[in-house]
Amino acid sequence: MLQMFKWKTGEFSWVDFTIDVLRILIVLAIVVGSWNTLSEGRISFAQWVNLFIAGLSQGSIYALIALGYTLVYGILLMINFAHGEVFMAGAFSTVFLAEALNRTGFLNQSPVLAILLMILFAGLVSMTVAILLERIAYRPLRGSPRLVPLITAIGASFFLQYTFRGLYGSGFKAYPQVKILQGVFQVGSINIPKVQIFVFISALVLMFALYWLVERSRIGKAMRAVSENKEVARLMGIDIDWVILFTFGVGGFLAGSAGVINGMFRPQGVNFFMGFIPGIKAFTAAVLGGIGNIPGAMLGGLFLGVIEAIGPNLVLAGLGIPGANQLKDVIAFTMLVLVLIFRPQGILGERLSEKKA
Amino acid sequence: MKKTIASFLLLSLVSVLLNPVAAQDACTDNLGCVIVAEDEPIVIGAMLVQSGAVTYLGDDSLGGVELAIMDRDGELLGREIELVLEDSLCSAEGGQAAAQRLSADPTMIGAIGTNCSSAAQGAMPIISDAGMVMIAPSNTSPSLTNEDVASGGSHLPGYFRTSHNGLVEGMRNAEFAIHILGSSKLATVHDGDPYTEGLARVVADTFADLGGQVVFEGAVNKGDTDMASILTEIAVYQPDIAYVPLFEPEVNFFAAQMQHIAGLEDTVIIGGGASFVAGFPENTGEAAIGIFVSGPLVTGDAYEQLLVRWEEEFGSSPPSGYHAHAYDATNLLLNAVETVAVVSDDGSLLIGRQAIRDAIAATENYPGLTGSLTCQEESPFAGDCAPGTALAMFEITEAEVYDDNWPPPVFWSFSENASE
Repeated sequence: MLQMFKWKTGEFSWVDFTIDVLRILIVLAIVVGSWNTLSEGRISFAQWVNLFIAGLSQGSIYALIALGYTLVYGILLMINFAHGEVFMAGAFSTVFLAEALNRTGFLNQSPVLAILLMILFAGLVSMTVAILLERIAYRPLRGSPRLVPLITAIGASFFLQYTFRGLYGSGFKAYPQVKILQGVFQVGSINIPKVQIFVFISALVLMFALYWLVERSRIGKAMRAVSENKEVARLMGIDIDWVILFTFGVGGFLAGSAGVINGMFRPQGVNFFMGFIPGIKAFTAAVLGGIGNIPGAMLGGLFLGVIEAIGPNLVLAGLGIPGANQLKDVIAFTMLVLVLIFRPQGILGERLSEKKA
Repeated sequence: MKKTIASFLLLSLVSVLLNPVAAQDACTDNLGCVIVAEDEPIVIGAMLVQSGAVTYLGDDSLGGVELAIMDRDGELLGREIELVLEDSLCSAEGGQAAAQRLSADPTMIGAIGTNCSSAAQGAMPIISDAGMVMIAPSNTSPSLTNEDVASGGSHLPGYFRTSHNGLVEGMRNAEFAIHILGSSKLATVHDGDPYTEGLARVVADTFADLGGQVVFEGAVNKGDTDMASILTEIAVYQPDIAYVPLFEPEVNFFAAQMQHIAGLEDTVIIGGGASFVAGFPENTGEAAIGIFVSGPLVTGDAYEQLLVRWEEEFGSSPPSGYHAHAYDATNLLLNAVETVAVVSDDGSLLIGRQAIRDAIAATENYPGLTGSLTCQEESPFAGDCAPGTALAMFEITEAEVYDDNWPPPVFWSFSENASE
């Protein structure tokens, strides 16, 4: 415990002291805000549960996108800021397929098949975009200072946004509603929307599939080897370029799938700009969980989703802050700061060696 | 021979250099004049949204401006009309940048725009300082025509609009909620934009003045997709009306997610002009049925003809409801130029900047497409030219959601039921 308060154990440092005071203040604010809200009892237990489940669903989407960030970081130590647009590419392209399936009636006649088809299509579109990104924009820059691919990624993000604007227009589109996902499951006094259960389970299946791929498959072993040490992996006969391309492809496929799952969950607001904010949130989730760590990205996404859903009403409203819901992002990013103060490597992250960091 | 040529060139140069000076000398306008040489076009600007989520608003207004220019065969006082388009985005920074670019051109007389009130707040000080005018086709924030800084006003000389004032829209919306829907509890949600915040404020104040109870006033962020948190908070108060003047896509998310929140089953949504968009019902789906949306109501033969011409020129229908306002705004500006321009001895046109402002401000009973336009001078309506009655409450029905019908049927016309 004393190690947490470093200035007590050794020589006094104003920086450590300030960070410790900040830690105490943030924890106090959370405790006081939550206590006030819960003691007022304005929001019922059922409503809290609903918020929690909605947060889990939203967090599942963040987690799927965050996996793309974390996979690429794990293998290249690079933050692919265009990953939000990879998500958008799949989601935006597939909305037209979804409309066509809805018009023909196939979407509601064979919903499982139709959704699988959409996920596959979106995944392939996003995978293609991610692979092209790696091959055209990032590979030529491999070995350059870290700032170079980072800035390229930001440029690629804008390029993709406005390319898709040119392709599909600037207006909003919406995914058609799938009848089987409408309605609620009633558990006592709690109504759980079916679509939220679908989102959570679909995301879990995809996350575990990825986990199996990385931990159990031959290509996964190669990915881990490249992540550990590229030169040694090359000496072992691993085709580094292929493994990196594959990693981008897998991240892209997950992002595209997340686009369709998001389309079932939040059908509205599909346009060329839709990847920007989820991209930032997913990056936050990846850092929260420990960037480069796959279970960390999953946990970070779920954690962020739940905190965003519950935080404003639980903490900010309890502190008497007006417009609490407009400060939802403040809660999310304060959590990020808090985690980084208490645990700089993220929730499940490991401290990187000097060389790797 | 060389001397003769040199003298001729020197004389030519001096005459060219002195020409505008001579013309400027003839200008008596206290804000200076725009000088349009004999073979030069008359230049006007447009500061409209050309990128981002509400591009449809800019496209809608641009069509109105272009049709107004086409109706004059692209000419005014024997000169070609040149339109310079700048993207004002839907933000103060975008408006500021667009205004900077337009005001850097000394031949620029004035501009049509902006679309968003936030962009107008950025553009207005620059346009005003440059002695220019701007006529907005779709700004509705009450602060833009209010001169009282202490109460949040930001009006500056040179700003006019043909769109209605949010004060009028807000008051009518509150009257509608109380008198027509018989509601007593109101919740309002805005997104921090001057337009949505201003409208939510007016509705809440009027609702309270009329005896209703404002139970919740909150806000979301632009770009939010998850509304469960704010809806849960609203459900605590179980309001009769949720007044949500948000833009797409936030308004779509709000309406669609409200279905899943216990306690809001009987709450009716009223949206503002920002959700008066053809895509809103289709993108929101079933949840849009029964939502009331207040928006511009333009009728009459001249307007019908404009729609026919729109279809001919652009091959589609207007994407929003403010094209007629942009058409009227362009005509106000061009009419003012026509009124004040003076032909100087050398054939150039002298257009006084103050004179342009005065001519627009003097507009009285101008028969526009949107009604009879009279520009007002007194705050809080300084620069307001709209009749204020070209508004209605529309109800979204199944036809708009499933059959692409647009606009929705008028449920309550403000002009027929105006209380003042």
